Amino acid sequence: MSVPPVAGARETPVANPLFEYLLRLGDDRLVLGHRMSEWCGHGPILEEDIAMANIALDLVGQGSSLLQLAGVTEGAGRDEDALAYFRGEPEFRNAQLVELPKGDFAFTMVRQFLFDAYSVLQLDALQKSTFAPLAGLASKALKEDSYHLRHSSDWVLRLGDGTAESHARAQAALDELWRFTGELFESDAVDEAVRDNGIVVDQAAIQSRWQQVVADVTRRATLTLPPAGASASGGRRGRHTEFLGHMLAEMQIVARSHPGAKW
Amino acid sequence: MRGEESGVPTREQVLEILEQVKDPEIPVVSVVELGIVRRVAVAGTQVAITITPTYSGCPAMREIEQDIRAALSAEGFDDVILETVHSPAWTTDWIGAEAREKLRAYGIAPPGPAEQGGLVTIARRRAAAVCPRCGSSNTSLQSEFGSTACKAIHVCNACREPFDEFKAF
Ligand SMILES: [Zn+2]
Repeated sequence: MSVPPVAGARETPVANPLFEYLLRLGDDRLVLGHRMSEWCGHGPILEEDIAMANIALDLVGQGSSLLQLAGVTEGAGRDEDALAYFRGEPEFRNAQLVELPKGDFAFTMVRQFLFDAYSVLQLDALQKSTFAPLAGLASKALKEDSYHLRHSSDWVLRLGDGTAESHARAQAALDELWRFTGELFESDAVDEAVRDNGIVVDQAAIQSRWQQVVADVTRRATLTLPPAGASASGGRRGRHTEFLGHMLAEMQIVARSHPGAKW
Repeated sequence: MRGEESGVPTREQVLEILEQVKDPEIPVVSVVELGIVRRVAVAGTQVAITITPTYSGCPAMREIEQDIRAALSAEGFDDVILETVHSPAWTTDWIGAEAREKLRAYGIAPPGPAEQGGLVTIARRRAAAVCPRCGSSNTSLQSEFGSTACKAIHVCNACREPFDEFKAF
């Protein structure tokens, strides 16, 4: 009796799991930072415009440091700019959650909240890793993301428990984003392999703590958590939504049109 | 004319020069006072300086590096190695009392103690910042994200003036 193949169960061994792992961390932050930067000059009020620009800058900065470390780990002479601007869409390793278009303000803030709550838990685990360069970056990013989380959770509360329209928009955002959250907690051969580098992150423990935080905030925001269902997946292996390619085209055009440009 | 003959600096000389390199965004405090400079070592003509960024995306870091090199070069010291470290992560607790007073005089409320623990801090109510103009604690937070990454925006309910706070980090 033959066992039917399970899709995705057969994984080709990853040549450099640490490099792959750092790309995932870096790409999540670079791509989300770019999406957040799209609000620059379009914020609903000036203070919020400034806040979103600050958060975008933090995220792109974190992405840059992580990609720099990834480049060193790869040992092929690629720096953070080469990795950010000269990789194609299938080479990006971010979760699909962060590449979705920014949508309206409620969509941006609900997405940011879902990611921030995940990120602080992930970074807290990473700052305890024995891989010193990553632990250092994580401890720094954790302080920044704690501010981000307070900001995004405040907005989820204000929008959810606000006017009929803000509530409807926040609920619609949560409904649309929910199926993209499962990918954050996936675990595969890469996560397994980097344990040899001293990087031990208990994805299941993070997920359960994340669910508590999200349930608490959404309840106080009078929002309804969507039922569990089919989850989007594939970003960690380079399979993305149609939106990432468009975003990268815009993000990469200057660097690709003027390679090596200095200003 | 310091250093002109030999180009061999002392560590004290280097620190003195670095005290003149100010934060590009807050020109009343030096990169040493802010805790950005972590280590200074001199070996022969070579000066090795270790710095750490305040925030991951701090756009002033490149400028700070250039300013450090320029300041040392102006005194004749060009053999400079600059290294950036991320650990231990920079904290506002490294800003000394004198620098805090300079911030206050410049109109920026100095940071309170950096937060410990409290991984997921939702809807936290922070202690009121003290107005650097009139000293009142009757102030309201407007935004935790100000004109630069390191500042929050407040408004004083006593003197009605808005002000920046160097936020605890
Ligand atoms: Zn006042």
